[in-house]
Amino acid sequence: MHASTSAVKPRTKPRPLARTGSRYAHYRKYMVLYLISLPGIFFFLVFKYVPLFGSIMAFKDYNVFAGMWKSEWVGFAHFKRMFEYPDFGRILMNTIAIGGYTLLFAFPIPIVLALLMNELRGRLFKRFVQTAVYLPHFLSWVVVAGIVIGILSPTNGLMNQLLNHFGVDSIYFMGEESYVRSIIVGSGVWRDAGWSTIIYLAAMAGINPDLYEAAQLDGANRWRQTRSITIPALLPTITVLFLLQIGQFLDLGFERVYVFLNPLNGGRGDILDTYIYDVGLIQGQYSYTTAIGLFKSLIGLALIMGANALSKKTTGEGLY
Amino acid sequence: MNAASTSTPTSISSTIRRRKGTSYVIPTILAVICLIMLLPIFNILAQSFSSAAAIGDQRVYLWPVEFTTSNYEAILGQTSIWRSFGVSAIVTVAGTLIALAMTASLAYPLSRAEYRERKWVLTLVLVTMIFHAPLIPNYLLIKQLHMLDTLWALMLPGAISAFNLFVMRSFFLAIPGELIESARIDGAGELQTLWKIILPLAKPAMATMGIIYSVALWNNYANALYFLSDRALFPLQVKLREFIITDSSDLATTAADIANLSPEGLKMAVIVIATVPIMMVYPFLQKYFIKGMMLGSIKS
Repeated sequence: MHASTSAVKPRTKPRPLARTGSRYAHYRKYMVLYLISLPGIFFFLVFKYVPLFGSIMAFKDYNVFAGMWKSEWVGFAHFKRMFEYPDFGRILMNTIAIGGYTLLFAFPIPIVLALLMNELRGRLFKRFVQTAVYLPHFLSWVVVAGIVIGILSPTNGLMNQLLNHFGVDSIYFMGEESYVRSIIVGSGVWRDAGWSTIIYLAAMAGINPDLYEAAQLDGANRWRQTRSITIPALLPTITVLFLLQIGQFLDLGFERVYVFLNPLNGGRGDILDTYIYDVGLIQGQYSYTTAIGLFKSLIGLALIMGANALSKKTTGEGLY
Repeated sequence: MNAASTSTPTSISSTIRRRKGTSYVIPTILAVICLIMLLPIFNILAQSFSSAAAIGDQRVYLWPVEFTTSNYEAILGQTSIWRSFGVSAIVTVAGTLIALAMTASLAYPLSRAEYRERKWVLTLVLVTMIFHAPLIPNYLLIKQLHMLDTLWALMLPGAISAFNLFVMRSFFLAIPGELIESARIDGAGELQTLWKIILPLAKPAMATMGIIYSVALWNNYANALYFLSDRALFPLQVKLREFIITDSSDLATTAADIANLSPEGLKMAVIVIATVPIMMVYPFLQKYFIKGMMLGSIKS
């Protein structure tokens, strides 16, 4: 709170220009500031803006030998091809389905978890719970996949061991299309649900305790307090995070999906990002997959702007 | 300023709340959730220390059966694992130093009112948060910079994360302006102020950022997949992935105790080995990461 207000107001009054003389004198005086900012600016220009402008290759027929500039313009041909290609529809559907499940499960679970954790009073147990639920967040996706594949293994996985125990035959979870989406979404929840509670817990710590006391005097039980005080207080945070999540609807992340895919389950597990990698980078269809990437970014932008406008209209909360 | 005033009412209200019906429902639910979080990890650990026969007979749950370290001996006997470990260590350490230097040196000017280019630089950064370039133009850039098959490709593209930059900036903004002002009155130049006053104050923030960057670098898999084809440069995550998806039975020949080896046990052992460095710093991680997250949430 404090930091954001001081961001607007300059903390020291810059000296009037007349005193220091000219523009030149200012830059000379604060030369160090300008100099040390150069590598960072250069970084953004080179590593972020060059590829951004390079995206115009989506409207060209990129030829490795001709290079970026000399390749031929083809307009929207790659975008058209995208929608005619039968695989594209399937992959878009996969992306939407996995994104939808993520929104449906991975988004609300941390809120519920944070509400539960907020009810804990014993300090030691609270500490233990935090340590346990944050832990998986620090494992790489490759490790998470390794653990999940191990647990679900039909021969020696814990899951099938338990199933066999109850007389159910082993299931080859990784080898069947029908499980892959649940595995991707579930492993995401397992890894990050605990971690995502932090931001909600921080918001809850900021709630004025007098409110609870007053509610208690009025005879409100804990559920009632949660419903009438905690959840309304969390609503702005929830709204902002929800809008960000909507913006990333198609941006599930390459790593977290790719590590679970194999030739057996790709049919329902392939998403736009993994398709771009396979067809673009591996098979060399540069312009076509850049068009897909651009399409994805534009949809993300449209979604976030649409959701933001809708949210501002209905709740008054928005990102900007 | 309000830390002292809020701490007492919190404890009072929590005692009142506790007196009103102590329920065991919520602690029980949370205990189950903790088990779900931890059981898979214990199972992997147990398998990695169990004999092939015990794993094959499905006798391993959460504790090693017929304890053996031969899986680890077989893995650690591989020179290629050590090599990948070394690559990951180099990338993590050097990459973190680069990232810290780059992030801090841009975040600091952006926190100063005297820095007149503030506005457009902030916009420049914000746009990259909203709009990401697709994969192929990024790949072609790395190619044109002749960074394909070099470790630079793993360290440089992520050198400044826009989010971390804003967190760092809000930290610098919190340093009182009087400090900078008084240093100037004492005759210190900008460079001296930065070196003698700002950086020592920024140590905790730098530690937080350093840990955030190093975990990301250690765990990153995609960049290596995109930009490296030279097997000698593969970091640990790529190596690990190969172990997990391929049959690793060829490893067995290097081990002294072949009878106790199993492909499953070997895989589990590699997973554990790749995770040990992260787990060793986990206590610090937890502390600093949460601080960083809090800083970030204050900003937004």
